[in-house]
Amino acid sequence: MDFADSPEEAAFRLRLRDWLADNNPGLPPSSTADEYWAGQAAWHQTLYDAGFFGLSWPTSVGGQALPSVYDVILDEELIAAAAPPRPSVGYLVQGLLEHGNEEVQQRFLPGLVNGRERWCQGFSEPDAGSDLASLRTKAVLEGSEYVITGHKVWTSYSDAADWCLVLARTDPEVPKHRGVSAFAVPMHQSAITQRPLKMINGITREFGEVIFDGARVDAANMIGAPGEGWRLAMTVVSHEREPGELGYVARYGKLVNELVRQVEAAPAAFGAEQRRDLSWAIIEADMLRCHVSRRLSDRLHGVEHGPEGSVDKLLMTEVEQAVGHAAISVGGSASAGGDDTWLRVYLYSRAQSVMGGTSQIQRNLIANRILELPTT
Amino acid sequence: MDVRLSPEQVALRDSAAQVVDRLGPATVAQLDDAERAGKLDAAVAAAGWRELRTATGDGNPWATAVEVAVIAEELGRGLADAAFLGPTLAADLRRLAGAPTATANETVALGQSLSRLAETDEDVDATAVDAHGASSALLLLADDGDGRLGVITLGSAISGADLTRPVARQDGERMTALDGQTRVLDADDMARWQSLGLAAACADLVGTMRGALTLATEYAKERKQYGAAIGSFQAVQHLLADAHVAMEGSRSIALHAAWAVDALPADDALAACAAAKAYCARAARSVCETSIQVHGGIGNTWECLAHVFLRRALFSTEVLGGIGRNLERVLAARGIGGDDGLR
Repeated sequence: MDFADSPEEAAFRLRLRDWLADNNPGLPPSSTADEYWAGQAAWHQTLYDAGFFGLSWPTSVGGQALPSVYDVILDEELIAAAAPPRPSVGYLVQGLLEHGNEEVQQRFLPGLVNGRERWCQGFSEPDAGSDLASLRTKAVLEGSEYVITGHKVWTSYSDAADWCLVLARTDPEVPKHRGVSAFAVPMHQSAITQRPLKMINGITREFGEVIFDGARVDAANMIGAPGEGWRLAMTVVSHEREPGELGYVARYGKLVNELVRQVEAAPAAFGAEQRRDLSWAIIEADMLRCHVSRRLSDRLHGVEHGPEGSVDKLLMTEVEQAVGHAAISVGGSASAGGDDTWLRVYLYSRAQSVMGGTSQIQRNLIANRILELPTT
Repeated sequence: MDVRLSPEQVALRDSAAQVVDRLGPATVAQLDDAERAGKLDAAVAAAGWRELRTATGDGNPWATAVEVAVIAEELGRGLADAAFLGPTLAADLRRLAGAPTATANETVALGQSLSRLAETDEDVDATAVDAHGASSALLLLADDGDGRLGVITLGSAISGADLTRPVARQDGERMTALDGQTRVLDADDMARWQSLGLAAACADLVGTMRGALTLATEYAKERKQYGAAIGSFQAVQHLLADAHVAMEGSRSIALHAAWAVDALPADDALAACAAAKAYCARAARSVCETSIQVHGGIGNTWECLAHVFLRRALFSTEVLGGIGRNLERVLAARGIGGDDGLR
């Protein structure tokens, strides 16, 4: 049991640290300002090109096949350098790796990993949120193409996406979980329209609605077999619940460090309650780093994903919301006007207990699948 | 980095689990079974777990704080009413002081509400902790210069909040310097020793949470109301799910703390352990309260083990500083603390 670097890990850490000293793009905190997303694609590509992204994925799709714990080192150094977090595409990568055939993997994964092709995820619908399996978007085969009609929502970064991983019903006759298939749909076509959603913290580019009105997709772009869409969705959302896959450790560490710097700069300005809020945020962020180290160590002999992703999701939520509370406590809520960066950090934190499956859904999963409590 | 337990550490955990499952108190009534408690004590002694922190030839301990934590977690889970934390902390003090290993059962005396090792001139209320079977306790001998240890003789053990780990006070006025101390304890030694105590207490808290959660989960599967097991109701399920999450987060930060004790510079180790202590203490109270709540009225009776877990957690929480003190340490480690500092 060892949290310390091996010699190879230490050498990697130093190389990364040196590189970050000259290559930090200095973006605003993630998910708080539209400028962040405008610079994120370039950050993804720069980080990848320098050899610091896609560390644990197979070399055949552009990864480096390093042990998964290298991602912890990456997160730690991104925090230390106050650099943006790593791109959160790991859950899509895992979905395509597990369900896509060789051809699909070779066609789509390199661009997803190296950041040259941008992706979004079309799962949720206005009437299919927590009950995702009741989705109504349909895909009908016409010749060698599927025609897609439906309405997706919460499709993050859809306006910048080249591809959308769409869940659509291909067989309305079978039970709802079995009639769903997954497609890589090209976003650049006129039968797709987008509506950005303005979120409570003012951002307009992260979430959107996407309407497919007879959009076309090559049948070869189906990921997995017909009817395998639900299983693919479960793979994707289970990884989407993992802070180790999302790289959020760095997001929280950076925010906490910034709040610490504010107190350091003017210690007399902060009272006991603000210090207490900040101390919990420090501890929570540290807990998540330790927890991700544990989870990624468990993966040293291969990727598994089970119901424990729900535990990780709830821990990640606890951290994000503790950091959010410290943000308005120490950073200020801008109630008297002025810079509202910390208010935006706080308001965004409320979404964490909803996105990727609500906290209530996670608790149901833990109760039934880990604690093995009976269902009604 | 590979933070999985080694095969040896897994084997150690399994043997500790077997001992507590066989000889620990399975009911509140069994806490009064002196024959059982004697067997548990003998098994812990025979396994050599109390000597993990005694010195090898080069002055290092026989085992790291990770092994201590592995044992402590299982003892906490099984509500073991045999001494471990106290003798382990005493052995580590002797090791740091370059003194010979104790010849009789020994523990440590803590002062200022259990938040630090007692000092003879300041802590008139010094409390020997985890004092089951201990005849003496170590403390700091303040009037003989800093960094020297003294020994007090203990009166008979008395029950505090924790029904599984009694405390004891000094018997009479007699205090002697520790025989054979060859090294004066410096500030780094004390920081590292405190780290060990905090990490061991965290592991005990994690074990306590596991035990309390298992108790409540099993009860929720069996207890029926409205014609169904109460564990089938979402309101109950979500309480237990939250308790499980709190336990898992605690486990991760406590594991890191245990590793830090021997692996990081003294201040960094203490900061890591302080963060873990605050987190685990908050989580443990919540998990143990949930266990009582899920048991309903029965959970509020003496006969239900749920309160024994809560009481054990309350004691572990106070050992070497509760939540408030450790939050201060966390801030001090980041350079924004108050007057009390990190150490």
